[in-house]
Amino acid sequence: MALISKEEIRKPENLIYKKTPLLTDKPLSYCPGCGHGTAHRIVMEVLEEMGIQDKTIGIAPVGCSVLAYEFMNIDMQQAAHGRAPAVATAVKRLNPDKFVFTYQGDGDLAAIGTAETIHACNRGENIVIIFINNGIYGMTGGQMAPTTLPGMKSSTSPYGRDVHTMGNPLKITELIAQLPGTIYVTRQAVHTPGNVRKTKKAVRKAFENQKLNKGLSFVEIVSNCNSGWKMAPVKSNEWMVENMFPYYPLGDIKVNED
Amino acid sequence: MAKVVGDIVIDIEKCKGCSVCIPACPNDVIALSKNVNGKGYNYAETINEECIGCANCAIVCPDGVITVYRKKLD
Repeated sequence: MALISKEEIRKPENLIYKKTPLLTDKPLSYCPGCGHGTAHRIVMEVLEEMGIQDKTIGIAPVGCSVLAYEFMNIDMQQAAHGRAPAVATAVKRLNPDKFVFTYQGDGDLAAIGTAETIHACNRGENIVIIFINNGIYGMTGGQMAPTTLPGMKSSTSPYGRDVHTMGNPLKITELIAQLPGTIYVTRQAVHTPGNVRKTKKAVRKAFENQKLNKGLSFVEIVSNCNSGWKMAPVKSNEWMVENMFPYYPLGDIKVNED
Repeated sequence: MAKVVGDIVIDIEKCKGCSVCIPACPNDVIALSKNVNGKGYNYAETINEECIGCANCAIVCPDGVITVYRKKLD
């Protein structure tokens, strides 16, 4: 098989893929196998391909990705818990020629920031919201989130989520798809190469919509939280396919082409 | 006969040994090493020369530690 040496293959002209320079060289602070790293990279690759890294302002949330500004090599602002869409609204209105996106988890976007999210979507602010849904509060130790599945164990629902006392999981993506201000609402995942490619297309479409001043684009990424779910990374991805996807089905929920 | 050959370079000090790349590889090129890196993770390494440079491992790697090369054979 070794018809050709590794040194001959490892030449710059044969380079197919390397980490985008829009991610800093700092090692990511996420747990091994966490989908946050892949989602960061997808967003940064889209910005690099569109050549808008110097015109983009990202809003970091509170949660595992609170330090996103350490890893994303663009202009970033960190917002109070759940208030990223409100900060993004202000940034976009004051700098209408900039590209503005928020990067939020489910505790930030669907729990404490529900009001900001729904109203920013209802106003149709011309921003992109990237929503990472892993069904749990990862950073604080795996507490139950609004998006936790029925029967799912977490540190604050040790016998599983009982929907009669703890409420039903919030499908916030379907909720905001009904609002007239949103132009593109989709749900994707990043656990396999095919899903990563689809997610990248979705993020690209979201930023293209912002370029055309079409309205708010919302990309949900269903992700794993292997530490919070107490599973190995590959096992947690399998669990996600079996349990999360039936409740949070992947695909475009709203595509408004006009 | 393989018409393309590929190779990957793994930044072993940044690899966290999550093994998400292993099921993504169509030719079973990657496995976790028995050795550990500076952080104590069993890092990923190549175990054979079947790589075709499809970059599947690199695009699912959460930490972006894999660089992919591909060369067409004449």
